[in-house]
Amino acid sequence: MTAIAAIGCGLSALGAGIGIGMIGGKAMEGIARQPEASGEIRGAMIIMAALVEGAALIAIIFSFLSKG
Amino acid sequence: MILGLNLDKIIPKIKIKFLTFAALFSKINILKAFSMVNRLIFSFLFSVIFSFFASASSEAPNASSSDDTTAKAKPSSHSEANRPATSHDAHSKTFDPVGLIMHHIADANEFHVLGHTSMPLPVIIYNKDKKNWFTTMSSAFHAYHGEGTVDVHGYKMEQSRIHPLDGSQIIDFSITKNVFGMLLGLILLLIVFFLVSRAYSNRVNEVPKGFQSLMEPLIQFVAHDIAKENIGKNYLKFVPFLVCIFFFILINNLLGLIPIFPGSANISGNISFTFALGFLAFIMINVFAKKDYWGHIFVMPGVPKALLLILTPIEVMGIFIKPIALMLRLFGNITGGHIAILSIASMVFILGNVGKSIGGSIGGGIIAIPLLIFVNAMELFVAFLQAYVFTLLTSIFIGIAQEEHSHADHH
Repeated sequence: MTAIAAIGCGLSALGAGIGIGMIGGKAMEGIARQPEASGEIRGAMIIMAALVEGAALIAIIFSFLSKG
Repeated sequence: MILGLNLDKIIPKIKIKFLTFAALFSKINILKAFSMVNRLIFSFLFSVIFSFFASASSEAPNASSSDDTTAKAKPSSHSEANRPATSHDAHSKTFDPVGLIMHHIADANEFHVLGHTSMPLPVIIYNKDKKNWFTTMSSAFHAYHGEGTVDVHGYKMEQSRIHPLDGSQIIDFSITKNVFGMLLGLILLLIVFFLVSRAYSNRVNEVPKGFQSLMEPLIQFVAHDIAKENIGKNYLKFVPFLVCIFFFILINNLLGLIPIFPGSANISGNISFTFALGFLAFIMINVFAKKDYWGHIFVMPGVPKALLLILTPIEVMGIFIKPIALMLRLFGNITGGHIAILSIASMVFILGNVGKSIGGSIGGGIIAIPLLIFVNAMELFVAFLQAYVFTLLTSIFIGIAQEEHSHADHH
């Protein structure tokens, strides 16, 4: 059971990593294309990263709970 | 006005004290005094000293329990670094990082300071089965000079929490570690905000000074960049709530990062705490919502009637999922940060084999301390980020609820 929880934890971290990486990469591209909009892009980036991270954290909490 | 005059006399004194502190700090300026090499040597020495004391303190409990003959006979019965975590099984053989971390993450009826010293806190318990109240201080549960805990009036202390011996249902109203930390944060916030507001009323139309210059940009940030941008025209009604929630989360996050006594409680990583904040956000979103918000939830305009059977339940669920996501995000982030910091700190004890190998603990210290500094700096950023994100998302949800559409722009 502990191993399954650990695998689930790792998978959620993987998913969140891919998601946040894509958000960050696209935001970089956006800023490089339009440096004058960097403030707005940064704000939106942080919101989206927080939302993705929330999903990962919920998964991690569930894996904690399943571990007992 | 008598009160006002008194405060006028007191506050400049406090301000002068703050200024002298600031001057002291800027004169010392540790970073300038040490060159790169000095800093490396300093951090190396620090890790050695830290690991030595850490392993020494983990041996201390063993020495005090030497009346137990088995402890001397078996060298493997060294007890752990953290006593309260394992007071019920004081003779377990290895260091238990999970127990230590979980003990730290959880709430407690006493505030552990250092070694065997812990700050007693009031215990207020309502027994549902016996229908009576039980009040005492948590220090009553400690044996007079010994190690373990004693039972008081049918209650026992286990892992720093109070449990009834007969398994009856209780409601715990105690001032626990988290409540104490929260009250401390509240007092700090009150001091700061009263100082700042007094400064504003005393120095009308002047350049901000001292604490004002720290707080003004932060409050401006919450009021304009968060509230005004996302809520729209009647944002001023929500600014007090958002400023409160921002600073309350921020101060509790920061207090949790202080590793020594008055801080270190895992306040904003407690699910009840974040639940209360999420519940407040839920009330602020839904109670002040405009008619169009409910219209878009129950009868979405421009959608076929058959589709409403699916869409309406989803939208109704959305009302509750928003604050629940807020609650879980803050809880998970702060708890995760505390777990990360503690598991890196545990490396000293794991590699040092609980004080048996000084070399191992020094090696663990050398690995752990740069990592710890990095994770702590990261958590400092997260403390601000999570306060920002919570406030931002709350104001976005309030903004959605405040939106008013004219009939022309139905999508």
